[in-house]
Amino acid sequence: MTAAKVAGKNGNRVTAMLLLPTTLWFLLLLVMPLVVILVFSLGERAPAGGYQAALTLEQYANLPARLKAFTNTLTLSPLGTLICMVIAYPLAYYLAIKAGRRAKALLLTLVIVPFWTSFLIRTYAWIYILGGRGIPRLLEMIGIEDLRLINTPTAVLIGIVYGYLPLMVFPIYVSLEKLDKGLLEASSDLGANPVRTFLQVTLPLSAPGLITGSLLVFILLMGEYLIPAILGGGKVFFVGNALVDLFLQSRNWPFGSAVAVALVVIMLVAIALYLSLAGRERGRQDVSII
Amino acid sequence: MARRNALAMTGGNRERAGGVPRDSSGQSADIEFAGVTKRFGEVVAVDDVSLSVERGAFYTFLGPSGCGKTTSLRLIAGFEQPDQGDVRIGGASVVGIPPYKRPVNMVFQHYALFPHLTVADNIGYGLRQRAPRPTNSEITGQVGEMLELVRLSGFETRRVWELSGGQQQRVALARALINHPTVLLLDEPLAALDRKLRREMQIELQTLQREVGITFVLVTHDQEEALSMSDTICIMRDGRIVQTGGPKELYDEPVNGYVADFVGKSNFFAGKVVEATGTGAAVELEGGRVLSGRRPKNGETLAPGARGVIAVRPELVHVTPTAGPTASQTDVEAPGRVKNRIFLGEHTEYLVGTQELGDILALVPKHVEASDGGFTPGDEVRIGWRTSAALSLAER
Repeated sequence: MTAAKVAGKNGNRVTAMLLLPTTLWFLLLLVMPLVVILVFSLGERAPAGGYQAALTLEQYANLPARLKAFTNTLTLSPLGTLICMVIAYPLAYYLAIKAGRRAKALLLTLVIVPFWTSFLIRTYAWIYILGGRGIPRLLEMIGIEDLRLINTPTAVLIGIVYGYLPLMVFPIYVSLEKLDKGLLEASSDLGANPVRTFLQVTLPLSAPGLITGSLLVFILLMGEYLIPAILGGGKVFFVGNALVDLFLQSRNWPFGSAVAVALVVIMLVAIALYLSLAGRERGRQDVSII
Repeated sequence: MARRNALAMTGGNRERAGGVPRDSSGQSADIEFAGVTKRFGEVVAVDDVSLSVERGAFYTFLGPSGCGKTTSLRLIAGFEQPDQGDVRIGGASVVGIPPYKRPVNMVFQHYALFPHLTVADNIGYGLRQRAPRPTNSEITGQVGEMLELVRLSGFETRRVWELSGGQQQRVALARALINHPTVLLLDEPLAALDRKLRREMQIELQTLQREVGITFVLVTHDQEEALSMSDTICIMRDGRIVQTGGPKELYDEPVNGYVADFVGKSNFFAGKVVEATGTGAAVELEGGRVLSGRRPKNGETLAPGARGVIAVRPELVHVTPTAGPTASQTDVEAPGRVKNRIFLGEHTEYLVGTQELGDILALVPKHVEASDGGFTPGDEVRIGWRTSAALSLAER
């Protein structure tokens, strides 16, 4: 919208033409649906399902009925993001700083390879791995009995980390790769041991990658549907699953819309909080989101 | 004067846990290499090098890229460990000791300033790594003195990427000097600066070195820089030392053609050695002409029958008109034609083509030039020099 405004002000036709597709895309596919959802969320469910015009906050008052979906999403998404960070950082560090050229190429390929197969299929594979004949069977052999993994929060978390790890690895890898290795030598030369060098130079300078990666993973996780549907088996469900249920099963569009609006609001607040915290930590440096 | 005293006031021993203490002994050598060899795979970067750098000296490693000068510096800093031999700082072996425990600091080629820190935080970085950590007011005080030393007061809160090349250079210097290293290492510190600034910084570095009184070890491929700043220059080639000496010694008494070629300009006449004594040698050129020259102090010995070169510095070559009387001060002469003339301000450089001796470079000072009016390309001239001005050297 701002783009259109700027173009109009300048009266620059070329700029306007160039920005037209983006603007249309933006208006048609982002703004309009949002407006529709907002309007729906203030309406009522038609007797046969769907939307019936009204002006009421009843749907929002009803939100606590889906509290479980929200608490699941709001615990497992940040937790999943955190675990991804913890696993991805050392991997990215090794790739960017320690690995030789050949090892680097091989490992980067290995990180990408899973994308060659459908995410759905890969997630289905985890049903088997986590199911009765998978890991629990192996654990039985060494004496750990009656361990249930599938359809638990742990299973969903494993699926999340598995699916989203590459999204975390790449931004961190890029920021570490860009890091001038001379700075690490300078730090060492000035008397900082390797741990201090990491904390005072490597970590702050790779923070943009860390922030980008965590936002990417977190935002996508907040809207996750597939992993809880498959590995949570209806027992561990996210807001995404609740939405599918509300729109397609019970056809309660107004309530579904209210849930969707609530999710967007929560997400915006969470991201704003995170960025302001990250920004404060990093002083005046810009935080880039890809 | 405040500037002069800045370091003395903040002086004192730097202590790093487990590190090499400063001023550990009264020895006069700050850095010693004993048979140091460093290999990278197949490449021998430093090959059995032994050297000693005196306390308080301005010592320079000079050579083309790949000669092992930077590796030598990195061996002192601790970024590399020798495969063989011993590296000693202040008399104590530092083999196996990591950089952060060594009492030396480095100014990196591209400065390696921390982009996420302010100027003050960059300079204070070394102080903050100490245990026990100095108080914030101590750090601020010392950083202020350092900024004054490098004439950057008022730049405390600036970001390093806002600074010009010369200013960044000075921040890098201050960041290294604040730790009171026994030795300051400089890795091509002026390479990124433009010519005029480089000249200024050369003088500044030299002055600074005298003020702070610590050993400076410089790495450069720029012979002019090396000659103008150093007390001692170590010329390296293929991982080995070719010659070590003061600027004047290297210029006047090069041990072989490589040094004569690398330090300053020279006219070289290569041929077969026909006569060699302890004090000089004669070399027969392709065309049959025999030139002789004196053997420099410590010059590599020449054997009759082997290849040798006669080297003459351009400023020792006289250019005279063909018609006029023979210049009395020359005893080697050849007729030629001026091919090119470059005006250099205080000197004029002539390239004279001769039949017997090939192209010869001559540097004529302004006062000589003014008296005989100078020459223009195409002029017939006579070039000549005194045999005592020529050196007989082993070929590179």
